[in-house]
Amino acid sequence: MSTLLIKNGRVIDPSQKIDEVLDLLIEKGVIQKIAKNIQADSLPTLDAKGLVVAPGFIDIHVHLREPGFEHKETILTGMKSAAKGGFTAVCCMPNTQPAIDEPGTVGFVLAKAREGNLIRVYPIGAATMAREGKVMTEIGQLKKAGVVAISDDGAPIADAYMMRRVMEYANMFGLKVIDHCEDKALSQEGVMNEGYASTSCGLKGIPSISEEVMVARDILISQYTGAPLHLAHVSTAGSVELIRWAKKSGISVTAETAPHYFVISDEEITPYRTEFKMNPPLGTRKDVEAIREGLKDGAIDVIATDHAPHQEVEKEVEFDVAPFGILGLETSVGLGLHHLVHAGVLTLSQWIEKMSVKPAQILNLPGGKLSVGSIGDVTILDLEKEWKVGEELFESKSKNSPFYGRELKGKAVATVVAGRVVMRDGKIEEP
Amino acid sequence: MDWHRKHLLGLEDLSPEEIVSILDTAESFKDISIRPIKKAPALRGKTVATLFYEPSTRTRTSFELAAKRLSADTLNVTIAASSVVKGESLKDTVRNLEALKIDCMIVRHECSGVPHLISRYLEASVVNAGDGSHEHPTQALVDLFTIRQKRGSLTGLKATIVGDILHSRVARSNIFGMLRMGMKVHLVGPQTLIPRGVERLGVTVSNSLDDAIPQSDVLMFLRIQSERQKKNLFPSLREYSELFGMTRGRLQKAKSDVLIMHPGPINRGVELASEVADSPRSVILDQVTNGLAVRMAVLFLVAGGGREG
Repeated sequence: MSTLLIKNGRVIDPSQKIDEVLDLLIEKGVIQKIAKNIQADSLPTLDAKGLVVAPGFIDIHVHLREPGFEHKETILTGMKSAAKGGFTAVCCMPNTQPAIDEPGTVGFVLAKAREGNLIRVYPIGAATMAREGKVMTEIGQLKKAGVVAISDDGAPIADAYMMRRVMEYANMFGLKVIDHCEDKALSQEGVMNEGYASTSCGLKGIPSISEEVMVARDILISQYTGAPLHLAHVSTAGSVELIRWAKKSGISVTAETAPHYFVISDEEITPYRTEFKMNPPLGTRKDVEAIREGLKDGAIDVIATDHAPHQEVEKEVEFDVAPFGILGLETSVGLGLHHLVHAGVLTLSQWIEKMSVKPAQILNLPGGKLSVGSIGDVTILDLEKEWKVGEELFESKSKNSPFYGRELKGKAVATVVAGRVVMRDGKIEEP
Repeated sequence: MDWHRKHLLGLEDLSPEEIVSILDTAESFKDISIRPIKKAPALRGKTVATLFYEPSTRTRTSFELAAKRLSADTLNVTIAASSVVKGESLKDTVRNLEALKIDCMIVRHECSGVPHLISRYLEASVVNAGDGSHEHPTQALVDLFTIRQKRGSLTGLKATIVGDILHSRVARSNIFGMLRMGMKVHLVGPQTLIPRGVERLGVTVSNSLDDAIPQSDVLMFLRIQSERQKKNLFPSLREYSELFGMTRGRLQKAKSDVLIMHPGPINRGVELASEVADSPRSVILDQVTNGLAVRMAVLFLVAGGGREG
């Protein structure tokens, strides 16, 4: 509950169409005043001259790995990673061990987050017990314990009946179901996108239809039941087309993509390097173009990272055997600014909308705006800062990024949570 | 001699000159096997290990014998359970072997890309003896050697590869090698076993063996695994062999000098009728014999005097 005066920054809040040089005063963790030349000499001040002051970035799709996989990431290291990457809040997926499928585990995650006391952590509850797709969780109890959405994530609900009931039931509590769209009967043992690239390197392919048939199914269930749906990490041109149709038809669907899907295609994978193995897999150049187009025209609302830490020993194996997933929190801002904003795909304001405003709106989270009375969460950006991924160590416990060595322009230089600076110039400031 | 590589991981990135170097070197090694003393000192003092994560008799023995004919010390390591079933990690296994000062490691693995992965960890030369559905470069070199032996030259010849292209490392290596050597490649098989996007490699594709036969100089049949039937990639071996099996009747439609090839082991009566497999047009046993000379050439080039000289 801190006090901070952020001076001389270019304040951008797409939710209120603000884009001008202003001062911003946070008192007791809440925004008190936004105006030109706020005079308050005795207050702690952050000079944001030449920098962009945006509503705190929210990553609604991360894997914090705790409980169960603390060797990959803990809630604390995940929070540091987020703070370093410019995120003031994250939503963590329930594929932990045990899964976040009952109130006790939700409480554990929230307690760990409080203890770490850096950024905000919002757990996502499992849709079915142990994410097995068989028995619905007590969604009402999960909501009471503090979950902000429902998902079985990497173990998508195969049974359409179960999906329908979960969506209808969760909707009673105002919770959205987030689906990782994959028909495992189609993806089988696949490890990368099926196409020319998988054919030439002899790896088992995942057809794009394994994502698309589930996107189509979920959209139709949403239309039929009226229950809202959020689609996780959309990666194919066909999915973008289906989402466009759904939105045009008035169906309550929102969607996210991850930075890797708008940056790299399956033909740019260094053969057999497992840091390029994630699920859904990298699509073709055409898919990458379609994702950018979808971001531009609004079919895709949100950029989330699907931050999925794995240890080196787990990744340094046969491509077929390696676990899916890559880090995301510490590269998302750089990749977005470099490949979307500086490349002219999105305006700065559109990009901030997808990093903060929409995530907050879609999951009904605090923040996502800079207005008097809202929480004092701010991400401060240096649009011109040139940096190289990997030149500083990751705060994450893991290192599995395909972006090592990439030169990017644009970076988060400070992260402010409830008026407290938790990251400044790449350094975490612990409480 | 045009050879500067430490490893042979695949044919995809070899130049025509490099392929010719291997084939010419193999030519010079052919005679050793018919001498009374079947040995050359080219790899004396070197240690060659075969590291096989998949059962194989002919490829492994062919490599082992090739190494022995070149006077190398040989070591055979067969690992039944790969790390797929939680054994020692691949990296630890190869590092441990390397600690024994192996000069060349011949690797077969059920996962595509393993030789590439190993080559990043090792000082030793790595030879790919078959990785997943990716490449089996020495088999394709044997096939090119055999075709060149029978036809004098490779340029302009048309090969049809028949069967399970999707899972076949022999097919991929042959596609890369044949195209590189100026041959034309046509693929035939059930659509379920044709990998997506394969045309972009520069091949043509159809589902009719009968249409392809009269135009082919080489007909290469791939072994069909019965496991594929369980995945509903085709309904039965009976229907498979009716559509894609080489029968005596089909052989009559072929060019009189067609070469019938098969990497082995053959399912007689499925890919090839016995009369075809044993006919004068079949060069299947030449493939086996030539395997030795080609593998000697590969070992010599990557591990022996070739690269240093």
